[in-house]
Amino acid sequence: MPCSIPGFVVPERRPSPRGGAPGPGTGGFGGPGAPADAIRRDEADPSSLAFEGDAGLLQVDAVAAGPEGGRRRLGQGLNVTAWVAIAWMAFIVLIAVLAKTGLVTWGDPQNSIASCASKGPFAQGGSAPGHLLGCDSIGRDMIARLALGAWESLLVSVGAITVGFVIGGGLGIIAGYFGGFVDTVLSGMFNVLLSVPAIVLALALVAFLQGSPENAANSTLPDWFVLILAIGIVSIPLVGRISRASALSWSQREFVLAARAQGAKSGRIMIRELLPNVAPAMFSIALLGIAIAIVAEGTLAILGVGVRPPTPSWGNIIALDRGLLLTSPHIVFEPSILIFLTALALNYLGDVVRTRFEVRESGI
Amino acid sequence: MAGTGSIHLRAGDGALLRVEDLVVEFPIGHGGEAVHAVSGISLDVLDGETLGIVGESGCGKSTTGRAVMQLPAPKSGSVRFDGVELTSLHGEALRRVRPRLQMIFQDPISSLNPRRRVREIVREGLDIWEMGDKDARNAKVDEVLDAVGMDPANGARRPHEFSGGQCQRISIARAVVTEPKLIICDEPVSALDVSVQAQILNLLEDMKHRYGLTVVFIAHDLAVVKNVSDRVLVMYLGKACEIASPDDLYEHPKHPYTGALLAAIPVPDPTQHPDEERVLGGEVPSPIHPPTGCRFRTRCPKSQERCALEEPVLREVEPSQYVACHFPLEAGEQIDFARVGIGASIDVASDGDGSTP
Repeated sequence: MPCSIPGFVVPERRPSPRGGAPGPGTGGFGGPGAPADAIRRDEADPSSLAFEGDAGLLQVDAVAAGPEGGRRRLGQGLNVTAWVAIAWMAFIVLIAVLAKTGLVTWGDPQNSIASCASKGPFAQGGSAPGHLLGCDSIGRDMIARLALGAWESLLVSVGAITVGFVIGGGLGIIAGYFGGFVDTVLSGMFNVLLSVPAIVLALALVAFLQGSPENAANSTLPDWFVLILAIGIVSIPLVGRISRASALSWSQREFVLAARAQGAKSGRIMIRELLPNVAPAMFSIALLGIAIAIVAEGTLAILGVGVRPPTPSWGNIIALDRGLLLTSPHIVFEPSILIFLTALALNYLGDVVRTRFEVRESGI
Repeated sequence: MAGTGSIHLRAGDGALLRVEDLVVEFPIGHGGEAVHAVSGISLDVLDGETLGIVGESGCGKSTTGRAVMQLPAPKSGSVRFDGVELTSLHGEALRRVRPRLQMIFQDPISSLNPRRRVREIVREGLDIWEMGDKDARNAKVDEVLDAVGMDPANGARRPHEFSGGQCQRISIARAVVTEPKLIICDEPVSALDVSVQAQILNLLEDMKHRYGLTVVFIAHDLAVVKNVSDRVLVMYLGKACEIASPDDLYEHPKHPYTGALLAAIPVPDPTQHPDEERVLGGEVPSPIHPPTGCRFRTRCPKSQERCALEEPVLREVEPSQYVACHFPLEAGEQIDFARVGIGASIDVASDGDGSTP
């Protein structure tokens, strides 16, 4: 049964035709002892058993698909950079949650100590004892503020992107699937939103939702909610156009026609046939979007409509003390570095997600 | 070739599917122009019969099949399926008919959702119509997968893990799972290796008997159609040319186009040189401005002035052999492909760009 001729050993089985990676029995390219190994593998490898007839072919196919057939474990095959990015995000989320819930405290983010004002770890005029990362312009501990700021920044950015993706993604799929008049109306709407500069639109939305600056203090809506809506609405057309384009191309496929031929309703087709194909690409863009939204919140904070003090966010920490950039640069740099590293990690993870969820169309 | 007419339709109510004067046009731009994809096709399929539809690419075969499915609905004409006029149904009423009328597509890869598992894909029809409880559905899926020669244990895999032939088996399983009466096979084997084609054709034959199916088999491969069909319809540029049993059609084609198609079948003999004079020349005219009269006249070696002026109507030239041609082939007549159609050179006012290249 093993197809080895005496004196002639085939050291390797052919790589599985649709496996991508070779199966478990085919590793190791002819190291010491390979011939003996090869014979054993030949015996163990059922793909060498049957090559005649329909049934045989099917059997080979099934076996060849074997090693990759099951799900890959979630963490399998990630490189070091990906793990670093994941670790960074886990760290930031953990810090944020701990700071918000108060399970672990790094001091009171609102407690201002006049003697420490503007003093950084290496700042001119000496460091602030007991404050590893220094203090802000009115002597509040930077670590405490950065930790709580992480919560606010992540809450706003993740929330905004969720809003953008649920609404924008949903509308995009609807536009792409139905086409025609529906597409014209929805795409027109996206284009109208896109024609307004994003930051102006966000400002207008915050103003609309919060009322005038004088009334803002009395607004019943919490800041994070207003910002989520404002940044979320700005992101709707961006996400919508991407998901529309993707849904448009997928809806031309014959499996959508097959679903209609079976009597599936439009909603079912969009959720079951289109969404699983559109979602992975959208998800990787969502990760990038979170990074953009963190920066957007900072931009709004500089314009005075971000998370309002005294509640810290990474954005408003920068905004509040940007005047001290020359004398106490640590106040601006510390949140900036956090934003930079977080954006970098999310960017990279977005790429990882995209490549991992890419489905090969066919083995042939 | 322009064959309109419905003389070939069989009387009585025995026909499971009866299509009359089917017209499908796709508007292009806003100038009122349209692609005349199907222009007045009539056909009928008896219960348990297999109708083959052949023709070269772009002749409207697939469009005919999809128009029968009302995907999209035809511009005009009648599609009567099992006593129900499908063209008069809309929305929910049409949706209710769908599971009894299924389709198998040409590209097995494109017709399976790469994100879903085989079992889900096959079960989809049962899930949509909530046929039976969960266990019954899974049992049915197992049965159908087994029937098409797939191991149900592989149901958790995704389509890309299978070969083209296996994907086509999955497509067939999906089509038969709701126990339809009619299956429209739109070039189901064109994308497959020749060795796999035979397996799939045999499988379709098995399925036909096992589930009591009636089949419309669309293909461009005459040899394939000959083997599976009870009756063959030859189409050209949206019109019917000839309708006959495969034996009659292959033994003594009456339409010059049928003759040309048969002459183009490769001969499996390496010593024989391909004879260029036996191959039909020219291109299919534009379906936007099809030729006047007989649509085949621009490429037909037998065309006369009459062909440009008058559209031939299907008529019975032999028992059960219908042809739409003014000058059908005589028995044993060889077509002289070197002689390009005279009809091609006749300019008729309002004839568009469909004339000679």
